[in-house]
Amino acid sequence: MLKDITLGQYFPGKSVIHRLDPRTKLVMLVVYIVALFLADSWVSYGLMFLFLVSVIGLSTIPPKAIARGMKPLVVILIFTGVLNLFFTQDGTVLLHFWIFTITTGGLSRAVMMMSRILMLITGTFLLTYTTSPIALTDGLESLMKPLKKIGVPVHELSMMMCIALRFIPTLIEETDKIMSAQKARGADFETGSLMERAKALIPILVPLFISAFRRADELATAMECRCYQGGEGRTKMKLLHYHREDFLSYGVGAALVVVVIGLKTVGL
Amino acid sequence: MKPILEVSNLNYIYSVGTPFEHKALDNISFSVERGEFIGIIGHTGSGKSTLMQQLNGLLKPTSGQVLLDGEDIWSDKKLTRQARFRVGLVFQYPEYQLFEETVYRDIAFGPKNMGLNEQEIDRRVREAAGFVGLTPEQLEVSPFDLSGGQKRRVAIAGVIAMEPEVLILDEPTAGLDPVGRAEILGNVETYRRARNATIMMVSHSMEDVARLTDRLLVMNGSKLAMDAAPAQVFSHAEELVQMGLNIPQVTQVFLNLKKLGLDVANVYTIEQAVAEIKRLRGGAVNA
Amino acid sequence: MEGFNLSDIISVEHLAYTYPGVEDTPGVPVFEDMNLKIQEGSFVAVLGTNGCGKSTLAKHFNSILLPTGGKVYVCGIDTANEDRIMTVRHNVGMVFQNPDNQIVANVVEEDVAFGPENLGVSSPEIRRRVDTALKQVGMYEYREHAPHLLSGGQKQRVAIAGIIAMEPKCIVLDEPTAMLDPRGRREVIDTVSRLNREKGITVVLITHHMDEAARADRVVVLDKGKVAADGTPREVFSQVELLHSIGLASPETVELCWELNRQGFDLSLDALEPEECAQALYNAVKA
Repeated sequence: MLKDITLGQYFPGKSVIHRLDPRTKLVMLVVYIVALFLADSWVSYGLMFLFLVSVIGLSTIPPKAIARGMKPLVVILIFTGVLNLFFTQDGTVLLHFWIFTITTGGLSRAVMMMSRILMLITGTFLLTYTTSPIALTDGLESLMKPLKKIGVPVHELSMMMCIALRFIPTLIEETDKIMSAQKARGADFETGSLMERAKALIPILVPLFISAFRRADELATAMECRCYQGGEGRTKMKLLHYHREDFLSYGVGAALVVVVIGLKTVGL
Repeated sequence: MKPILEVSNLNYIYSVGTPFEHKALDNISFSVERGEFIGIIGHTGSGKSTLMQQLNGLLKPTSGQVLLDGEDIWSDKKLTRQARFRVGLVFQYPEYQLFEETVYRDIAFGPKNMGLNEQEIDRRVREAAGFVGLTPEQLEVSPFDLSGGQKRRVAIAGVIAMEPEVLILDEPTAGLDPVGRAEILGNVETYRRARNATIMMVSHSMEDVARLTDRLLVMNGSKLAMDAAPAQVFSHAEELVQMGLNIPQVTQVFLNLKKLGLDVANVYTIEQAVAEIKRLRGGAVNA
Repeated sequence: MEGFNLSDIISVEHLAYTYPGVEDTPGVPVFEDMNLKIQEGSFVAVLGTNGCGKSTLAKHFNSILLPTGGKVYVCGIDTANEDRIMTVRHNVGMVFQNPDNQIVANVVEEDVAFGPENLGVSSPEIRRRVDTALKQVGMYEYREHAPHLLSGGQKQRVAIAGIIAMEPKCIVLDEPTAMLDPRGRREVIDTVSRLNREKGITVVLITHHMDEAARADRVVVLDKGKVAADGTPREVFSQVELLHSIGLASPETVELCWELNRQGFDLSLDALEPEECAQALYNAVKA
């Protein structure tokens, strides 16, 4: 069922990670990614892993849920692994067949790259799992505020993102329903040539587009009725405030980068 | 004669093995005779829509069987596909599923998928349009230029054109005014009479199901809570209200008459109520 | 402003409105000379068939549509006065038929906050209003839920909370129950009638359901862009022939008495409650 797709799903909770200011979490994600790309030794990878595990622990998100979110990314992961395994040629040769050679260097590089991607995605998931989409857009809007001066429509962009997130589940449900209805009239989406299958999508896409436009129109009217007139003069229910935990996180983030760079310079 | 549909010990669980796992149908059994008009009532989420999609093979039961004319629709791929056409399903707000350039082509979508020849398709489209009161001129216009009520009739014609032996409709009158409701219900009744078709209709209007159906299936919390004639079902007023449903107003009036000490039958339509009051008054009345 | 009265929150005077035509086609006139006044604090139901202009009229109440002729005043403000549009919209909130298409945010409380945020209300005050509004519609426990997982009746109550958080004087609901099951309908109608009784908010309820209209203080029937009947529910629903000629019906209690009268009884046509109707029938039978 289409409904089962988890797409940057938010898990409501009350953990420290949930309570952090979204701006902190966004900045920390960037810091984390930078550190991850700086790290290039087993020790620094170990450190990053430790950091990630402790954040997962603090967030109280069940590791199962995170693992489930990984499913669609398995292909990319395997692709990266295989690529690195066969195209890095240093260290001792472990295995040689036909035109392929597997070396210790290749193996360690493959494992490193795979864990880098894994940790990268897990970190990003943690952000969306612990931050409501609204808080996330608020955070982005606030961080990007300086861009307003050079004419970037920051409020409009964040409003668009917010509405898109709100309507994804609704449109998925709708697609499900239209598909069932057309199947009930004998439409067949599973067999036939590529051309035939593409044609079979018309009975789904036409109603879906019409409905999306109708919804957009009704939503626009409803928003106008609720006095929406753009970002000007708008206030927020939830003001963003930095608390002690936020400053603490920034400290931890800075330390993380410093240690990774330190490890790099001493050659570990 | 075999019942046209027979459902035995049907269970259906959504999203097995995920945290969203949810039992939508819990051991449902019933059978439907040819030509019956059956009403299905139940609150949102009681399993009505899931049940409907089981009957034409859109959803596969987790366990249990759906027999169409005595044959398990899942016993053979051909039978499963046939079930789609023999059991026609009209979803809620079906006008939102229209997609073709003309009304004619939209109604022809089902028959085309059945692999019929041009001539047969043409006959079916025109007959189906007739059943729902669309004129030949309307067949050539874009469905998107029609009024809401007309669009819905086009969508229903699209299912009728497959000439299903069982026609299932999910809230066919939602959002329509009394005239629009009467038109659609009249169309359905015409089709039933003309083809001795079986009708199963999901509705939130107790008045409509009371007036039209021979039998009611009441769904509650994924279970089949009642399967009986409307008179019997509506005599359980309190239970129905607890299930988030209600009973027709005339039935409420007569329950009150009983409380006042009159010996009245259970009625659920205005005609029955009139007859019953006249009986009590002693036949002929001259004003 | 002829006959302007302070107690009228909405005043429609000689309203004319024509939907603009597409390309060269002429527009479709909906109203030519429509007059209606709505008193502050009242609960008014507006009835009419599909396409009689109910929704068009509602959209004039908060400047979504502007008259092509005549005037509409809200709290004494001309809705066509561009400088005052926000004051008009602040005073008259709208709830629409499809709850999915009016919920903006994906957390209940964030959605309720949307209106007050647009009005530039201070943060602590928004928090207070959101909590109060959610409590008033009985959805406080769901404040952190995702709206798409709620039932139709719950979604509609969230939409109502989103409006009352703006603290309007009047709420206009355009067929808010058309997509709901009986329980959802009860929830929504109970909520608005409570807001009217306890908070003194003016309610304009557009509906197809006679039983919902029967709960208002006043019923206005629209037909072909004109007021066809206007009065208390008892006064309006007793005009059974008129309603039938428009394509509407009275509640079943009245329809039953009317039908009996045609067959020689002499019952009054103003019983809207089953108990009342039963008592009248009892008296008639025992007489």
